[in-house]
Amino acid sequence: MRGEKVRVQTTINGQAVEFLCEPRQSLLECLRDIVGLTGAKEGCNDGNCGACAVILDGRLVNSCLMLGVEAQGCQITTIEGLARGTELDPIQRAFLEQGAVQCGFCTPGLILATKVLLERVPEPDESQIRRWLANHLCRCTGYDKIVRAVKQAAAQLRGVRA
Amino acid sequence: MKWFDYAAPRSLAEAVNLLAGNPRARPFAGGTDLLVQMRAGLREADLLVDLKHIPELNELACDSAGNLRLGAAVPCCRIYENQEVRRRWPVLAEVAEMIGGIPIQSRASLGGNLCNAAPSADSVPVMIVLGAVCRLVGPGGERKVPAEEFCTGPGQTVLRPGELLVGFDIPAPEPRSGACYLRFTPRKEMDIAVAGAAAAVALEDGLIRRASIALAAVAPTPLAVPEAGRFLAGKPPSPENIRTAAEMARAAARPITDMRGTAEHRRHLVGVLTRRALEAAVRRAAEVNS
Repeated sequence: MRGEKVRVQTTINGQAVEFLCEPRQSLLECLRDIVGLTGAKEGCNDGNCGACAVILDGRLVNSCLMLGVEAQGCQITTIEGLARGTELDPIQRAFLEQGAVQCGFCTPGLILATKVLLERVPEPDESQIRRWLANHLCRCTGYDKIVRAVKQAAAQLRGVRA
Repeated sequence: MKWFDYAAPRSLAEAVNLLAGNPRARPFAGGTDLLVQMRAGLREADLLVDLKHIPELNELACDSAGNLRLGAAVPCCRIYENQEVRRRWPVLAEVAEMIGGIPIQSRASLGGNLCNAAPSADSVPVMIVLGAVCRLVGPGGERKVPAEEFCTGPGQTVLRPGELLVGFDIPAPEPRSGACYLRFTPRKEMDIAVAGAAAAVALEDGLIRRASIALAAVAPTPLAVPEAGRFLAGKPPSPENIRTAAEMARAAARPITDMRGTAEHRRHLVGVLTRRALEAAVRRAAEVNS
């Protein structure tokens, strides 16, 4: 039994994706090293920094803190799944326009966190935004521009939805 | 991480067989503690038995008597999104929202918080003051253990080889009762308690009929302080009585000095937190009409 890899069937960014992994490989390793989606980043690899965050069955998760084999049958959204061709998602656009991106390492996790937040809370106040982003470390921006970007994205999405 | 195998049983019987048949197998739920510890070489396993596909471990429902059955693997987010939990056991929703941050709460469970047996576990004092009973199952059958008896030392529990935590039975809230958990952390989110205190009270005719207090991060295990509860029983919830009970909690604490705080700081904190948690629990109990 030892040494056998496991076949995992998932849906990633709307496409059926099957991969073969070792049970000990994290979902992050599977996404980056096997599937070839490198948008999710490895920062701390222990759940503190949020750079690896992806959306799994509608919930934000740290992909470093779950195994690839646990994703069997799951729907996964990574940062690669947001833009439509060259058209950016409104959240991505808001991050660019507000200068909420500097080195960009934390950005995929923050944008996916924002996406889940705005799906659940279309008009978050600042304390809700900060609570939702608390698991994401950014060493460049000081967070203020990120909070502004989330507010802008929220307003734009409400406009789109209205 | 060293190689391990993975199994995702669909029934309790299958999980118990897997765990009992391999001394190097470990139960696995949210993984937010276990995977970090395995990566750091602090815990090892040849087989992880994923409990998240077993119906009993995913239960979140009230029985006909109004008691809550909470499966050990239910993630924090399901607990605080549950309207009945928010209404009847607000302290449980609050502590589930306090552990880690949003992506941690998508995975981490209160069963895992208990089995990890950290002295600083936020949800364990809450389980203790709510009178939660843990349901265990193993090769020898089922047994029940009160939450306050589950942890035996840092990282140590009453679980026997091959045994797993199925879930919690949390009694229906008594009339005119309230509970609160407070902790001290440098950061509001993503932090571990320097000290914490949970309190639950039930009122009757202006007196405290029953009170329980339990503390986090001031002893080798989460710590119940039954003498403080006995002291308060039958007395009015006056500032003096609450101060005396908080002083008893402060005296019961056996804190250590580590990177998060000194023993002296923790002892001071736990007195203040116990007083404030009791005051908040009394306020809540007085607001409840049921």
